[in-house]
Amino acid sequence: MAFCSKSSRNIINNLKSKLGLSRLMNRGSDGCLNKTNPDRFLPLITLPQLRNPDSYSHKTSHSFSSQRFQSTTSEPQFASVPNGEHNQELDFPGGKVVFSPEMRFLSESPCVYNNCYRVLDDNGQLISNSIFVQVSEKIAVKMYSSMATLQILDTIFFEAQRQGRISFYLTTIGEEAINIASAAALTSDDIVFPQYREPGVLLWRGFTLQEFANQCFGNKADYGKGRQMPIHYGSNKHNYFTVSSTIATQIPHAVGAAYSLKMDKKDACAVTYFGDGGTSEGDFHAALNFAAVTESPVIFICRNNGWAISTPTSDQFRSEGIAVRGQAYGVRSIRVDGNDALAMYSAVHAAREMAINEHRPVLIEAITYRVGHHSTSDDSTKYRPADEIEWWRMARDPVTRFRKWIETNGWWGSEAESQLRSSIRNQLLQAIQIAERAEKPPVNDLFTDVYDNIPSNLRDQEKLLRETINRHPEDYPADVPF
Amino acid sequence: MALRNIIGKRIGNGIGLVGRRSLSTATCDVENRNSKSMNLYSAINQALHLALETDPRAFVFGEDVSFGGVFRCTTGLADRFGKARVFNTPLCEQGIVGFGIGLAAMGNRAIAEIQFADYIYPAFDQIVNEAAKFRYRSGNQFNCGGLTIRAPYGAVGHGGHYHSQSPEAFFCHVPGIKVVIPRSPRQAKGLLLSCIRDPNPVVFFEPKWLYRLAVEEVPEHDYMLPLSEAEVIRQGSDITLVGWGAQLTIMEQACIEAEKDGISCELIDLKTLMPWDKETVEASVRKTGRVLISHEAPVTGGFGAEISASIVERCFLRLEAPVARVCGLDTPFPLVFEPFYMPSKNKVLDAIKATVDY
Repeated sequence: MAFCSKSSRNIINNLKSKLGLSRLMNRGSDGCLNKTNPDRFLPLITLPQLRNPDSYSHKTSHSFSSQRFQSTTSEPQFASVPNGEHNQELDFPGGKVVFSPEMRFLSESPCVYNNCYRVLDDNGQLISNSIFVQVSEKIAVKMYSSMATLQILDTIFFEAQRQGRISFYLTTIGEEAINIASAAALTSDDIVFPQYREPGVLLWRGFTLQEFANQCFGNKADYGKGRQMPIHYGSNKHNYFTVSSTIATQIPHAVGAAYSLKMDKKDACAVTYFGDGGTSEGDFHAALNFAAVTESPVIFICRNNGWAISTPTSDQFRSEGIAVRGQAYGVRSIRVDGNDALAMYSAVHAAREMAINEHRPVLIEAITYRVGHHSTSDDSTKYRPADEIEWWRMARDPVTRFRKWIETNGWWGSEAESQLRSSIRNQLLQAIQIAERAEKPPVNDLFTDVYDNIPSNLRDQEKLLRETINRHPEDYPADVPF
Repeated sequence: MALRNIIGKRIGNGIGLVGRRSLSTATCDVENRNSKSMNLYSAINQALHLALETDPRAFVFGEDVSFGGVFRCTTGLADRFGKARVFNTPLCEQGIVGFGIGLAAMGNRAIAEIQFADYIYPAFDQIVNEAAKFRYRSGNQFNCGGLTIRAPYGAVGHGGHYHSQSPEAFFCHVPGIKVVIPRSPRQAKGLLLSCIRDPNPVVFFEPKWLYRLAVEEVPEHDYMLPLSEAEVIRQGSDITLVGWGAQLTIMEQACIEAEKDGISCELIDLKTLMPWDKETVEASVRKTGRVLISHEAPVTGGFGAEISASIVERCFLRLEAPVARVCGLDTPFPLVFEPFYMPSKNKVLDAIKATVDY
């Protein structure tokens, strides 16, 4: 099992070790994790990890690896315990413990804020000495174009809902960098389990404007056959599992899928997205724990955008964000500036390598802001100040920030900008027209796919329904053929 | 109460292979091969061995399955197939099923064990909102048909509130999943293999009372029994009895005693509760004009209510008496009061007579 593969070494070569991550965490005497040593991170992600035989005395069932990797962080914990009379370790089935006559509680907070990884400053300029994965001009331009496309998509569909042309919509405004940059760092073989605010991932993978429109209008070209609300996209050819409105239920699915990829020895991982609110659901905790125990190659990406509908994070949790929770489950984690496309790209790229090569889950907390309302059924000015929203929209826009970077590189300009925006706008308006005029799926699709075949009770019900439709056609929408 | 040994009976109707994912080359005739006397957990164990043997992408996981499971259903699997395919999960039912859905969605056969049906509820959201709707909501682009959830259910004599429940009715109300309950070792092996190979997510409830106590000749080869086909296990002409799982043994005893009073009872094992075989039950009711349904789960809202409503709808004019239900009481499953709670042989017998004399 490669713990430092060739590609990992390439990352090491590309990256400079200037983040000061070389020292390891020691627990200070007041129980605060960070007192004596501000660093509690792994020495730069992919430094070789010691291969230790499993030193637990109880029988652990390793589902895949026969040896448990110990990160180098675990050792100093024992070394640093102040001298008591009995400074020995003892093996309990539940874990190794070192006794201490001092009663020390682990602090509820890490005392210093979790480092948040960023590479571009607020003006889109590279921060000096930053460590990141290089992005080619082609990819960078595609990333930017996709972010801009996503913005246009959101604007126009939102309007379409306001005009009554589609029943519902929710935007990704403010989170374009998370969507696009993470997608760009993955391959098309990586399996995506979205929440619902990640259409950018699908866009990156090649889902067309027409396909988006078809789903929103629920017409007969919708792959979902008109069964779900708008924005519940899904596409098997793009390895993007169908969105469901339920929060966080996709997270354990991703773990099972990742386990499958590992068993099949695929060069791929599973990736799942969720918001800050989703991390309160039981499925989040279940999934992280399962991922760690099963050693599955899954990347958990949390879009911490500050709001779960009207619930701010202070009403959502009291942990210091989401990344800290990873360690509690034995999951490696990082906090990233979600509005920094380059940092997102780099972090996801690195996480993917780790996940696949080391058979481990990785948790990425992307800090961002939900600029739009929760959905078209929400007016967020009711619970947060309008000027706060405006500030994030204008001053902290991830799309503008990235544009500045590519412009600095000479890869983009204002002409390209206006060309792109008007072209996408026109394409989208046309796609919407086509989608709107298209027929809806037939009534028959109400009954198919409940099971692989239609059972007799549903055949009976379809028969009865058709009789009812014939008797009372006025009760039924004219655009659904039967 | 003494349980009869369950003796293999001739299965009259044809047994076809089920599901497009079937890899088994089992023949239709269950009788002609070598069989061995074994109990329910052994039969289930055999089914699991065969499932893993015939499909390298089959997995068995759940709490404590690695050492063989608290009911020994998974004995020997980890040793034979390895820890990558047979493994313990953390103690988390929502995780077990959620993980299983993901595994199944990638084309694997995910055989998840829930330690007791009483503990299936944390997984209810994953089962109802995710597994059951996975294919439909995606427009058939995705499915988790390879998922099978097994759980021991039902009274065991001393189980109390949390080791005796029969929660089948909750799941019968969810379009998109199947619910299957075997009555005996031979049925269990064939039905479980069908469930595992069926391209739809299935919840398979195993009557724990019968794990050790039910012993029967079970064919040693790979065979499957069809889903959504009820079986008439005793022919009769005066009244139709419908049941599933361990309760059938009780009902059968009542039928035998009723026979002594000249009442000819037809006994039907539903086997699959969702989607259920209305046609077989109706055909029987058209013959007898009377029907009695019996299950351990509380009577109100139990699956007997669905059967009753459906029969009344379709056979009203043929019925000679109201549909009788002999079921558990509307209480949590009690410990000391279990004998009072249970739908006993005599309760069933009394109801048979009342229905016939109506």
